[in-house]
Amino acid sequence: MCIGVPCKITAIDPNQPTKATAEVNGIQRDVNISLVSSGNEQSLVGQWVLVHVGFAMSLLDEEEAEQTLTALNAMQEEEPDVNILFKP
Amino acid sequence: MQFIDEFRNPTQVKSLLSQIHAWVKKTSFTAEKPLQIMEVCGGHTHAIFKFGLERLLPPEIEFIHGPGCPVCVLPMGRIDACIEIAKRPEVIFCTFGDAIRVPGRQGSLLKARQEGAAVRLIYSPMDALTIAEQNPDKKIVLFGLGFETTMPSVAITLQQAKQRNITNFFVFCQHITIIPTLKSLLMTPDIQIDAFLGPGHLSMVIGTHPYSFICEQYHKPVVVSGFEPTDILQSIVMVLKQFANKQCLVENQYRRVVPDEGNPRALAVINDVFIMQGDDEWRGLGIIPDSGVRLNETYAAFDAEKHFQPKQQRVADDPQSRCGDVLTGRCKPLECHLFGKQCTPESAYGALMVSSEGACAAYYQYRQGEPA
Amino acid sequence: MTSKTISLAHGSGTSASQTLIDELFISAFKNDLLATKEDQARISLNHLTADGNQLAFSTDSYVIDPLFFPGGNIGKLAICGTVNDLAVGGAYPRYLSCGFIIEEGLSMDILTQVVHSMAETAKAAGVSIVTGDTKVVPRGAADKLFINTAGIGVIPATLNWGMPQIQVGDKIIINGTLGDHGATILNEREQLGLMGALSSDCTPLNGLIDQLRPIKGIRTLRDATRGGVNAVLHEFSQACGYGMLVEESLLPLSSPIRGICELLGLDPLNFANEGKVVIIASEDSAPDVLDALKSHPLGSQAAIIGSVTQNPQVYLRGLYGVDRILDLPQHEPLPRIC
Repeated sequence: MCIGVPCKITAIDPNQPTKATAEVNGIQRDVNISLVSSGNEQSLVGQWVLVHVGFAMSLLDEEEAEQTLTALNAMQEEEPDVNILFKP
Repeated sequence: MQFIDEFRNPTQVKSLLSQIHAWVKKTSFTAEKPLQIMEVCGGHTHAIFKFGLERLLPPEIEFIHGPGCPVCVLPMGRIDACIEIAKRPEVIFCTFGDAIRVPGRQGSLLKARQEGAAVRLIYSPMDALTIAEQNPDKKIVLFGLGFETTMPSVAITLQQAKQRNITNFFVFCQHITIIPTLKSLLMTPDIQIDAFLGPGHLSMVIGTHPYSFICEQYHKPVVVSGFEPTDILQSIVMVLKQFANKQCLVENQYRRVVPDEGNPRALAVINDVFIMQGDDEWRGLGIIPDSGVRLNETYAAFDAEKHFQPKQQRVADDPQSRCGDVLTGRCKPLECHLFGKQCTPESAYGALMVSSEGACAAYYQYRQGEPA
Repeated sequence: MTSKTISLAHGSGTSASQTLIDELFISAFKNDLLATKEDQARISLNHLTADGNQLAFSTDSYVIDPLFFPGGNIGKLAICGTVNDLAVGGAYPRYLSCGFIIEEGLSMDILTQVVHSMAETAKAAGVSIVTGDTKVVPRGAADKLFINTAGIGVIPATLNWGMPQIQVGDKIIINGTLGDHGATILNEREQLGLMGALSSDCTPLNGLIDQLRPIKGIRTLRDATRGGVNAVLHEFSQACGYGMLVEESLLPLSSPIRGICELLGLDPLNFANEGKVVIIASEDSAPDVLDALKSHPLGSQAAIIGSVTQNPQVYLRGLYGVDRILDLPQHEPLPRIC
């Protein structure tokens, strides 16, 4: 349910402070940022957000993302009894 | 793609799988009596099949595909009401792509479009409001569909319509909330679920606390999970660890997106526009107490049903189809004897086969044939 | 041209239609055969047989909405489509006919732009538009502008490309990224509001296919238009009775198309292309095919994406080695929110 894609806020609409441009992979789309902005919209520029149906729903916590990845990297490679992976 | 590709890394998938194999041995689950995890959310169902995760897991782990797909639980009669409104000459009916092929008794919205109804596909509810401003001589109806993830966007769109005094914009409200749905599922007598993968994107709105009743009253672990392969596999490791350590908690694997308290602003706009009251009927699930979502009095003027008064349609699901059993984990799509025969994506009996997130469509689309 | 819009008179054999033919079509498509103004183009057979011993003949109609899109328009498409249909059979495309069905009220500017774009594309592809027809229908009887092009080309005697030649173990090769045209059109048609580096890949492929004729071991070619690469794989599989296995990690995708597919929940394999050819070649010749493609600007991102299997199914091998059946979609891809 609910496709959400991490996008980067690249600009705030000077005429409508709830409207911003979000970008992913060179694709831009107008998104509504009222659910993630707390008054200082300009501070959102450069911030990653989770976009669903044209609305920024959540600020992406880059530190948390980093921690998740660190935890994944730290996992000790156990005896891989997973022969089904990566068939020739 | 940033924040996506890092979570698809094959090496990490491999090591997570060996973690899963190791941890499952520390539990009492067997191939005969496997751990049954319900992924509530259709997005998880989609990812599990797309990446073939179910085939990489040991036989002691089985997925039950849950009801978290707003299109799958759409009652037929509601589609018929939408079509009735869409066919009015003064209406432009705006819908997300997901709902456009769901069959009602009178066909689908796509069929209505082929017959001349103005049915527009939109990406965002805001686009429907723009269409309303561009077409002052038309009435624009937005099909408000989805769980709490989509509700704030529809709520903000309605707030904007009110602020800008746009009077030719209406919402056909078909929203559904997750907690009553889960409660009704858990109260099903013969339900076979040991643990839940919580819906990641829905939880960024409501947070993780609302799921605590699942642990407290029903003693089943919940891990709120992201949608990438390593997210889902890591969540399974977390579930297994809980069983191995005899714990029962709500955990949050998707911290990069989901704050435990959710998004208070999103909850506030939902409460400003919608009212949760009354029982509603859902496809395959029957009547769910307190699952009704409507526009409140302040926004009554925008309520498409109040304005257009479509005929109330009650359409019973085909008794041969087992959509409800599939949704509640009582049977697998393959055990429904219509599956793949009378019921295919081309001639769907139920929304589970129409919606690309439906368990049946996913089974059908990603089914495994003979090895190449 | 004095009129600002097309009227029924432009299709009625009156002086208005003469003016349209002379001042727009003949002047833009400029060639000796068209200039004779006969009801048929009279083509020298000697001229054709000098290049081969089989005539390739193809037709296609173009009804795209919107008429103009990033990377092309209906006119460019009408030339590329038929040129490519001829070229994938191994033919040198030579002559085209074009039929216009115009809705009354179409602006003359739009028609002029479309026609000039056709002339430019035909020149680039080395083909001549030698005969044509114009009909104007009342408002509402057609959507703005429909174009039909038919074409003939010559296949050299040394070539025998075709689906029956496909064998188990052959490689599946594509000349570049998937889905650019389909995603661009979806965004324009449904007004999804996505901006950025989105552009149709609409282009004549005959120059690229010229590089392939000398290579021994090419079995067959097909341009992956409607239904995308997925549809072509199914056509191949049904025709030869073998299976097709493609690997997700090998599919060339442009960054914006990947972004769109993630945003809208779509699969690039099902998106239409207008400048992509899928090639089946023997395993031995695959490296040569790849080199030949990469030596041409339209093949710089060429890739081997899979192989032909004994089991007659179309499969996709996922990122982690799990194979799944790739069904033909029941309908055009539409954006999803969930």
